[in-house]
Amino acid sequence: MALLMKGNEAIAEAAIQAGCRLFYGYPITPSTEIPEYMAKKMKAVGGTYLQAESEVAAIYMVYGAGAVGERVMTGTSSPGFSLMQEGLSFLFAAEIPCVIIDVMRGGPGLGGLGPTQADYFQLTKGGGHGDYHAIVLAPSSVQEMVDLTKEAFDLADYYRNLVIIAVDGILGQMMEPVEFPPYEGRKLEPKTWAASGAEGRSKNNVISYYLTPEIGEKENSRWGAKMLRIKESEQRFVEYRMDDAEYAFVAFGTCARITETVVDMLREEGINVGLYRPITLWPFPEKGLSARINQIKGWMSIELSAGQMVDDVKLVVNGKAPVGFYGRQGGMTPEPEEVVAAFKAQLLGGVQG
Amino acid sequence: MNSALTKYKFAGFGGQGVLFIGKVMAQAGMLSKQQVTWFPAYGPEMRGGTANCSVVISTKRIGSPTVGKPDIAIVMNEASYHKFVDSVVPGGTLYVNSSMVPELRSREDIRFVRVPVNEIAHEIGEAKVANIVMLGAMQAITPSVADDMLEKALMELAGKKPELAELNARALNAGKEFAKNL
Repeated sequence: MALLMKGNEAIAEAAIQAGCRLFYGYPITPSTEIPEYMAKKMKAVGGTYLQAESEVAAIYMVYGAGAVGERVMTGTSSPGFSLMQEGLSFLFAAEIPCVIIDVMRGGPGLGGLGPTQADYFQLTKGGGHGDYHAIVLAPSSVQEMVDLTKEAFDLADYYRNLVIIAVDGILGQMMEPVEFPPYEGRKLEPKTWAASGAEGRSKNNVISYYLTPEIGEKENSRWGAKMLRIKESEQRFVEYRMDDAEYAFVAFGTCARITETVVDMLREEGINVGLYRPITLWPFPEKGLSARINQIKGWMSIELSAGQMVDDVKLVVNGKAPVGFYGRQGGMTPEPEEVVAAFKAQLLGGVQG
Repeated sequence: MNSALTKYKFAGFGGQGVLFIGKVMAQAGMLSKQQVTWFPAYGPEMRGGTANCSVVISTKRIGSPTVGKPDIAIVMNEASYHKFVDSVVPGGTLYVNSSMVPELRSREDIRFVRVPVNEIAHEIGEAKVANIVMLGAMQAITPSVADDMLEKALMELAGKKPELAELNARALNAGKEFAKNL
């Protein structure tokens, strides 16, 4: 039976159902319902919720819990996510599986509390120091927040990699009907690498540093190969009315929802447009987009930022068609009519009809 | 209402239960097998004690859950009246808590329904159900869901304690009766 649930709460419930029993975090709007829900529910399932003294502390608590092989999560919002960047780099290098929720809010700086997607660069291009990527999942409905959260723990364990779920304040705060169907997970190897007590076996180190450049390069190559594997296997996207589209929007999260309405409006005017919605922001789903290159006369990225994902779209389109952009910032969201007007101005060369 | 998509705004003081009746509408929409979203004002918008939420009920997939231009708005206090009176779409309906909002500047292109919900709730014997009275008035004039679905949703969200359920049912009916006699 469907339940009406807030996105943040749905993520927290899905994490518990996925076996997450440890949550460390520091409350920050608009992600606070995640720690709140965990504080309420963790004890009953035999887990621990702990409010850290800061996001810096929280992410290293995640490190510790993940290093011993537990399923662990933290949830935060942009300024808190920035504080975690050093830790994320360390977690990647130690190959500790963990799930991080970033409910994005306005920036730069303290910013506002309204929804944005302006952490895209930080999420997908690194964020912390060194060559690394987290797997970044971008749901666009509360149901997808449930489904992707469950899967995130499997992806984290399977690749021994960071998995970040990127949502904006609207998705975190809104309620929609959700269901929690039984989840058939991936087949996962036991965590023989975990520092979970060395009695009867040689000890495991779950650390991130090396003292010789030769070893350093070897490690970097190994991680690079893993990232390539992820890039090859985990690209995800959804298409909306793309089959006969001549023009295409690219949008994720809340923007994708707004853009679906935009597509319907333009279709009613007889303009054949579609929507290409990335579900993985990293790896960016370039294969699916490439497959449409010869068909699409013009692309347009719709974002709650000054234009970040549009760079990735341009890399794939590679000059074969114009790539437009429309965005709102600071916690504002576009009305579909604005996007329609921007599309016509940028891609149809002025208002038509 | 035949429209495939109805956008609502529920607004008032914190404590007047506007987020709650928004949830009841969303729940009723869900029980009616429609698509629904509920989205609260959060963060700094909440400061100063005002609260509001947006609800969308639709037969099709819902794009943005935010509502800039509601078809139907409920304003439970004067501040909310000023904030939302101009946002209602032409042809839409604005439900005004006339216990708290005096006769103010009006519009010709929308319907105003003034309901003294505080007084009606007081007559029922429980000031807290003023929000439910308004929900009843709205159901009588611009229903998006069947009566039994709304009643079921209210029951599910308000709790099934017999005295509470009975009180809510009375409040809902009082609102409906008032609206029918307008």
